[in-house]
Amino acid sequence: MSIEQEVEALKNIPLFANIDPSRLKLMAFASERLTFKEGKELFHQGDAGDAAYIFIEGEADVIVDTDDGPLVVASFGKNDFVGEIAILCDVPRTATIKAKSELITLKITKELFFNMVMDFPEMGVEVMRVLAHRIDHTTSQLTEARNALAERSD
Amino acid sequence: MEQRLFKYIWKHSKTDQIKILFLVLASMPFYFLSLDLPKSIINRAVDSQNFADINSTLSFMRFELPFGEEIFGHPIILIEGFDLTQISLLFALCFSFLCLVLVNGLFKFVINTLKGQLGERMLRRLRFELTDRILRFPVMHSRRVKQAEIATMLKDEVEPLGGFIGDAIVTPFFLGGQALTALIFIMVQNVWLGIVAMSIVLVQAFLIPKLRRRILDLGRQRQMTARALAGRVSELVEGAVEIQSHDTSNYERAEISSRLGKIFKIRYEIYQRKFFVKFLNNLLAQITPFIFYLGGGYLVITGQFEIGTLVAVLAAYKDLPPPIKDLINWDQQRNDVQIKYEQVAEQFQPNGMIDAEMQRLEEKHSPPLEGDIVVSNLGLVDENENKLLEGINFTVGVDKKIAVVGNASSGKEYLGLLLANLVKSSSGSMKIGGKPMVQLPSAITGRRISYVSSEAYLFPLSVMDNLFYGLRNWMIKDTSLLPNSEVEYQREKQEALRTGNIALNPNGEWIDFSSAGINEPAELVPRVTEILRAVDFEEDVYLFGLSGIVDCENRPDIAESILGARIALKEHLKSTGDEDLVIAFDPEKYNKNATLRENLLFGTPRKKQYAGNNLLTMPILRESVEEAGLKDSIYNMGLSIARTMVELFMGLPPSHQFFEQFSFISADDLPEFDKIVKRADKSSFSEISDSDREALMYLPFDYVEARHRLGLVTEDVEAKILKARQIFAEKLESRDPDAVEFYDPDSYNSAASIQDNILFGRLAYGRAEAGATIGRVMTELLDDLGLRSEVIEVGLEFNVGIAGNRLSSVQRQKLALARSLIKKPDLLILNEAAAVMDSQSQNRLVPSIMEAQEDRGICWTLQRASLSQHFEYVIVMQNGKVVESGSFDELNKDGKVLKSLIDDE
Repeated sequence: MSIEQEVEALKNIPLFANIDPSRLKLMAFASERLTFKEGKELFHQGDAGDAAYIFIEGEADVIVDTDDGPLVVASFGKNDFVGEIAILCDVPRTATIKAKSELITLKITKELFFNMVMDFPEMGVEVMRVLAHRIDHTTSQLTEARNALAERSD
Repeated sequence: MEQRLFKYIWKHSKTDQIKILFLVLASMPFYFLSLDLPKSIINRAVDSQNFADINSTLSFMRFELPFGEEIFGHPIILIEGFDLTQISLLFALCFSFLCLVLVNGLFKFVINTLKGQLGERMLRRLRFELTDRILRFPVMHSRRVKQAEIATMLKDEVEPLGGFIGDAIVTPFFLGGQALTALIFIMVQNVWLGIVAMSIVLVQAFLIPKLRRRILDLGRQRQMTARALAGRVSELVEGAVEIQSHDTSNYERAEISSRLGKIFKIRYEIYQRKFFVKFLNNLLAQITPFIFYLGGGYLVITGQFEIGTLVAVLAAYKDLPPPIKDLINWDQQRNDVQIKYEQVAEQFQPNGMIDAEMQRLEEKHSPPLEGDIVVSNLGLVDENENKLLEGINFTVGVDKKIAVVGNASSGKEYLGLLLANLVKSSSGSMKIGGKPMVQLPSAITGRRISYVSSEAYLFPLSVMDNLFYGLRNWMIKDTSLLPNSEVEYQREKQEALRTGNIALNPNGEWIDFSSAGINEPAELVPRVTEILRAVDFEEDVYLFGLSGIVDCENRPDIAESILGARIALKEHLKSTGDEDLVIAFDPEKYNKNATLRENLLFGTPRKKQYAGNNLLTMPILRESVEEAGLKDSIYNMGLSIARTMVELFMGLPPSHQFFEQFSFISADDLPEFDKIVKRADKSSFSEISDSDREALMYLPFDYVEARHRLGLVTEDVEAKILKARQIFAEKLESRDPDAVEFYDPDSYNSAASIQDNILFGRLAYGRAEAGATIGRVMTELLDDLGLRSEVIEVGLEFNVGIAGNRLSSVQRQKLALARSLIKKPDLLILNEAAAVMDSQSQNRLVPSIMEAQEDRGICWTLQRASLSQHFEYVIVMQNGKVVESGSFDELNKDGKVLKSLIDDE
C-alpha cells in the first residue's frame, strides 16, 4: 500500500474531510504506518499518551478496566481516530485498545499532531467539531442512562 | 625554575655552548683569510706591474707576523712559502679562495646544526619542566587557571625560546667576531676609514635598541592580549549552551571584536615602529659606504691609496652591516624571549606547588593504610583568608564506613579533599596510622586512597583504559621495545635523559592488574563485570558492546559465536511466528526495509569514500549503475522524490522542523529543486541538462521503500538494482578489494556491529512491536549462548570521547566510581560522587558500593543525609565545623542536627 492509498483513506475520515489533499499527504508522509496483529494492544489504560492512531484497515476493541475485570465498551473500525484525548490534554490513556483483527494504522505522534494543527488551523476546527460531536453523543447517552436508572428505581 | 633566562640557559647547556663557541673561534682565521684573498688576487696576481716578465715569480703561502716590522723592527716570517709565476699565482690564489669558501660554508653548516640541536634540546627540557609543574599544581590552583591559556604558553609562547637558546651565547660571539674582524681589517687598510665605520656602528648600537624599547613593550602587550584571546575563544566553546540559550552571541561577538581591535592596534603600532627603525638602520648603514666612496675615491685619485685596497675595504665593509644588523636583531630577540620566559615562568609557580619529592616514582606496592584517621584542630582558609573549615576534630578507623553530611555551605567538600591529600590544610593536623598526612607521598595516598569528585574527569580513551587508569602507577615491564632496534631505543632513552625528561616508555606495560585482584588474563572480564555491576554500569557497557565492532583478527572466537547467535535468532523468530519482524539481507532479493544505497552496496563500507553521499562519486559505482541500465531509473526516482517533496514542503516556513525530520531536500535547496522539477516537466527526457540530472541522482540513495511508501521501487527497478549490485561487487573485487565488506549470510561481517551481525537484516517498518521484541530476544539469546561477557568485552573498547562526552553525566560518574573501586583502595573517598543520580539510583548505589569495598574504609560525603543510615560513623557538619559525630542511631534522635537534616529532605 503506497502513500497515495493512505491519503485516500484519510480523505474518508470525517476529521480530515475538509482538508487539502496535499496537507493530508504531508501528514501521511510524516507519520509511521504501523501494523498490529490480532490480539496486540495499541496502548494500555493508564499508559502515558504519546500518539493517536488512524485506522486504515481492520477493527479494534476499546477495553476499560473495571472492578470486575476488563470490559469491552466499544469497538472501532476503518476510518476511526483513537487516542486523541491523551495527546490533547496530557492525561494517561483512558482505555486500552486491542486489535480485533490484523489492524493497519497511521501513528500520529503528539508532536506531529500539534504541528499540523498549528500550521493548518482548519484541522484544529475539525478536531473541535469531532470532539463536540462526541460530547453531544456522550451527553445524550448519559441522559438515556439516567432515564433508564430513574425508570428502574421507580 | 630559574628567574633569569640566561641563568637557565647557562645552567643546562654550558658544555654545549662552549663546544659551539670553540668551533666559532676556530672558524674565525679562515673567515679573515677569505676577506684578505680578493685583495691579494687583484693587487698581487692580476696587476702586471708586480711581474717584470712572464718568468718572474712572487711568493705564495708566505705568512708574516702581523705588525712584526713595527714591533721587532724587521718582518718576522712565520711560513716561508714558495714562489710562483703570475698565471700559477692567479690559479693558486683563486683556488685557495674557493677552498676557503668551502671551509667557511662547512663551519657554518656544522655550527648551525649544533645550535639547532641545542635549541631543540633546551626547548624539550623547558616544555617538560613546565608540564612537570602543571602536574604539581595544587588542585585548587588548577581549578582557577584557564586551560587554553596554559596550553598556549606551553605550546606557542615558549617556541621562540627554542630558536633563541641555540643562539643565546654563540651568536654574539660569532657575529661580534665577524664584525670585529671586518672592522679590524678595514682598520688595517686605513685607520681613518676604520674609525668612520666604527663610529657609525656605535651610533647604530646605541640608537636602535633605544627605539626598540617601545616595540618590546608592545610585544609584551601583544602576548598578553593574544593569550587572553585564546582563553576567551575556549570560553565560547565551553559556554556554547549558555550563549545560545541566553541569546548573548552578539554580545560575545562585540567582545571578541573589541579584543581583535586591541590586538590590531598593538600590532599596527609595532609595524609602524619596526619599519621606521628598519628605515633608520638602513640609512645609517648606507652612510658608511657613502663616506668610503667619497673619501676613498678621493684618496685613490690623489694617489694616496691603491685601488685594490679600496676594493678590499669596500668588500670588507659589505660584510660589516649584516653582522651588525643581526647583532642588533639578536639583542632585540634576547629582550623579547627574556620577557616571554619571565612571564611564562611566573605563571608556572603558583603558591603551594607540590614538592617533586612527593611524586617520586615508586616501583613497588605501598604498604596498606592501617590504624586510625586522627584529625585534630584542622582548619582551611581560601586565598582571601575566608575560613572554609575550622577546628575539625575526630578520630575514626581507616577501615570504617564514614558518612559526612551537611548542607551545601557546610564545607564537607573540603573535608573530602583534605582527606584525599589533594588540598593542604592551613592549620591543625591529620594523621593516618600515626603518620602525618602531609608527609605521605602520592605513591601512598594515590594508591591506597581513591577519590571520586562530583564531576569526575574521564580521559578520551576506551572504557577499559579509563577503568584501569588508576593502576598505571609505574612501568612494570617495557614490552614495546621490539619495533625499534635496541640501538635506536638506547639513543632515544639517552636523549630523553640528557634533557631532564623521564625515560619511561608510555607504551610499556603499566597496568598493575594484581592490585585489582586479577592474577591471570582469564580473571579480567569477570572481575571487571563484577565492578561494573557494583556501580550499575554493566548494562550500559553491554549496550556499547552490541553496537561495537569485534576485532576479528584478535578475537575470531567471538565472531564465530556471534554468527551462531545469528542463526539462533532466526530459528527463534521462526518458532514464535515472528520471522517477519526482521527482513534479512538476501543476495538475490531487494530489501525494501533498507535504503537504496544499502541495496546497491550490499555490504558495510570499510573505506570512507564508499560511505554516505561519497558513494555516488565513485567511478566504480557509476559504471556499474550505467551498465545495469539503472541510471535512468535512479534519475526518475529522484524526479519523483523531488516532485513529492516540492508538493509537500513548498508551503512550509524554511525553519519548520519537518524539513529536518522528514524532507529529502533541505529548506534552502527546495526552491532550486522546484525549478528543476518544473524544467523537467516541461521538456522531454533527452533535453534535461546534466546538472539537473546530477542533482536529482543524489536524492534516492536514502530512500527506504517500506518507510517512505512512495511506490518507487517497482519490479523493474528491483531487477536492475540487483544486477547493478552484482556488477559493482565484481568490479570492486578486482579493483578495490578492501573497500567494502559484503553481506554474506554465512560469514561474520567484521566492519559491522555485533547487533547488525546478529540481526543480519533490517527491522520491518510498520511492525509496532519489532524493536522491543527483537531487543528482548537478542539479549535472551546472547545470555543463553553465554556470550554476554564477550559482548561486554567489546563494549569495554568503547571510546568515551573527549572528557567522556559520549557518556551521560550519570554514566561518567559510574565509570569514575568503578575506576576507583577496582583499585581496592584502603580508603575510598566519595565527594558527593553520586550527586548527579536520582534518589532511587543513590539508594541502590550506596549499599552496593559498600559491599564491593568489603572490609576496607569508605568516607562518603553525602548529598542526602538520610543515606547515612547505611554507615557506621556519621560526621555532621555546619558552617565549616563538625557539630556532631557518632553512630547513625545515636544521632537520629530528636534535638540532633542529623535528625533535622533528614526531616528537611
